[in-house]
Amino acid sequence: MQNTEIKREGARVLTVCNACRYCEQYCPAFQAMEQRLTFATADLNYLANLCHGCGECLYACQYAPPHEFAINVPKTFARLRVQSYEEYAWPAALGAAFRRQGVWTALVLALVMAALLFGASAMLNGDALFAAGTAADFYAVVPHGVMVALFGAVGLFVLVALAVGVVRCRRDFAAAEPRERGGGGAAHAWHDVFTVRHLHVDGQDCVTSLEVRTPWRRWLHHATFYGFLLCFASTCVATLYHWSGLPAPYPYASAPVLLGTLGGLGLTLGTTGLLLQHRRRDAALSDPSQTGLDRAFLVLLLLTAASGLLLLALRDRPVMGVLLVAHLGIVLALFVTLPYGKLVHGLYRAAALLKYRASTGHRKAG
Amino acid sequence: MSSYDVLVIGGGNAGLAAALTARRAGARVLVLERSPRELRGGNSRHTRNLRCAHAAPTHILTDAYSEEELLADLERVNEGETDEPLARLVAARSADCVAWMTAFGARFQAALRGTLQLSRTNAFFLGGGTALMNSYYAAAEKLGIDVRYGAEVTALKLRNGAFQSATVMANRATSEVRASAVVVAAGGFEANLDWLHEAWGDAARNFLIRGTPYNTGTMLRALLDAGAAPVGNPSECHAVAIDGRAPKFDGGIVTRLDCVPLGIVVDRNAERFYDEGEDVWPKRYAIWGKLVARRPGQIAYAIVDAKVRDLYMPSVYPAIEAGSTAELAQRLELPAERLEETVAAYNRAVQPGSFDHTALDGCRTSGLTPEKTHWAQRLDTPPFAAYPLRPGITFTYLSVRVDADARVLAADGTPFENVYAAGEIMAGNVLRKGYIAGIGMTIGTVFGRIAGKSAARHAKH
Repeated sequence: MQNTEIKREGARVLTVCNACRYCEQYCPAFQAMEQRLTFATADLNYLANLCHGCGECLYACQYAPPHEFAINVPKTFARLRVQSYEEYAWPAALGAAFRRQGVWTALVLALVMAALLFGASAMLNGDALFAAGTAADFYAVVPHGVMVALFGAVGLFVLVALAVGVVRCRRDFAAAEPRERGGGGAAHAWHDVFTVRHLHVDGQDCVTSLEVRTPWRRWLHHATFYGFLLCFASTCVATLYHWSGLPAPYPYASAPVLLGTLGGLGLTLGTTGLLLQHRRRDAALSDPSQTGLDRAFLVLLLLTAASGLLLLALRDRPVMGVLLVAHLGIVLALFVTLPYGKLVHGLYRAAALLKYRASTGHRKAG
Repeated sequence: MSSYDVLVIGGGNAGLAAALTARRAGARVLVLERSPRELRGGNSRHTRNLRCAHAAPTHILTDAYSEEELLADLERVNEGETDEPLARLVAARSADCVAWMTAFGARFQAALRGTLQLSRTNAFFLGGGTALMNSYYAAAEKLGIDVRYGAEVTALKLRNGAFQSATVMANRATSEVRASAVVVAAGGFEANLDWLHEAWGDAARNFLIRGTPYNTGTMLRALLDAGAAPVGNPSECHAVAIDGRAPKFDGGIVTRLDCVPLGIVVDRNAERFYDEGEDVWPKRYAIWGKLVARRPGQIAYAIVDAKVRDLYMPSVYPAIEAGSTAELAQRLELPAERLEETVAAYNRAVQPGSFDHTALDGCRTSGLTPEKTHWAQRLDTPPFAAYPLRPGITFTYLSVRVDADARVLAADGTPFENVYAAGEIMAGNVLRKGYIAGIGMTIGTVFGRIAGKSAARHAKH
């Protein structure tokens, strides 16, 4: 579907919803929707990013297909969302990546990154790469300076790209009705973000299929999200250690290794579960063209976590050097795709929830 | 030929209430639902709430609403013409509906956000009637109730006043289903255009049906033919003025138009024909269906100006706009001069006053036929906006007579041995005219439960 066509369809669907309003207590998307009569691009983008895609409103809909109105809010919002990702992307030319991702491209990218690193290491530092029993000394394989320079540069680019996206998103949402009433609600909004509150309406979890309410999707999301944060924390702590004169490798009982192990396990469990769930998810709820986008991110996270855990387990073995380079290649592939992958859903949804709590939902506690 | 203890014909709220109750009482139950699975639930899928008495505020209902008050409301809209013992039964048994429904997975909205100021008298289903039906069907499946979709019952076989079997058409094949007792919960005849034609003549061709296309009254006719006593005016229906662009069937809630009291309404000849400001819209929308049905071509146009555009619930269809009355007439294909005269005469007759759309503001016309008695403001601020109106039929009143055990009664007052009725097909016992929001679901739930219990008890003996 073309850009304008998706917008037109979004406005059509929401006009029906706005005249019906039976779903108003399901989630913020409907409560925010009721505060306007027409749906401009900013409104559509804001509302679409408020939606968590739980599916409750589709099953409850008296106008869902085969009704001639053919209302499918989760799918409509999913289409609008990915389009908003593209609109906010920097540099804009790379925005098209949101539509062109897939598990295979992710794998190829990871392979290419690993191969490049492998080639460079073999050329510059071939002995260490294949040397047995390097006592878990990663920096003997890829020197600390090289790692910092490489990931620093990529990381900086990623941060700038994500920041520009968030700024564009915030600016767009600010134009959506109703306007924010200044401050307030941020604590509630962050609580909503970190608990993924709106995947469990009314204290009960949303439907995965008709009338079957399970908490799995939320828990798996938690495992993935908090696993990701723990891994990030592990890297930060290790960096601090390094700067304060405590060089790697760190013992199993040290903070970086414990954080990383826990995070890696969470990521592995969470992403595997989400990938399995993704296959079983009701096809009516999602936009089939986004399957690649969803799965590519999960697969790269899973590969990152799995290769990291493997590296930890075999860090005293001769295979360490090859594993390290593979792991770094995967991480690099994950990094460069972050601003153009599923990660952004978290940032934009958080922005939408912040706006919601600062406008519509400011009176609604907890 | 398959055989059950209790056969339930119709898979809406009343049918499922009967089936769940009968199953809980130990009966083997089959539900035959005429629609495909995706459109299951009859008119219940378009509902939103149920009226229920309660003594104190709850998390879903504000204040208190006594059985006596509910009964009084019922008698008021019926102008006293109701089967009082049955109405009393509905009022009394309405009180524990919410708890019963919750036990089968129903969820309700928190009271504070209840719309239409109905949160005192009505419990709102979270997500609406379709969500409620989903809960019921899931509960039915869990309890081992058999459900067949796309299964239309075409005939009932009775012998000496006792139900023997039902003829079922499904997948273009006919079969017989035997059961010890049958609960008929198959709705009214509002989707049967030929039947409506009998009562309304050619005007019926222009009626829109707000609910399911499957309520063709086959079972109502079958019971009446088998000797069941009719109750309720055979030509009465509940008709609302809805957007004339609505689909023929199943348009549901979104086709409503709330702007009538804020402007004027003219017919095909660009003439006004009724006081648009007689009372607040929730108390008047139901008479406008029949008012429009009596106009030539069964069409009318609500016209407002820019001053009030933000004061009513948005319709699902865009307003037809124009910069002048003449241009609007052209858009609506109305006689332009006549419309200009009507608007000018109306504008001249508007008396000074302070407009307040939230109250009976007394802003009126003087010297006009018919007068507009509230919310009369001049139509003078372009763009003008118009919405076509047509009669939208919600339900029909003609029913089969039942007793307090939901047994269908024959013309001489004796009950059929094992035939029960619930929901719209018997609502006419309690509801002869008018309507109060949510009472259809209350009658369906109360009598569905009674019918399920009675049928299961009969089947065991």
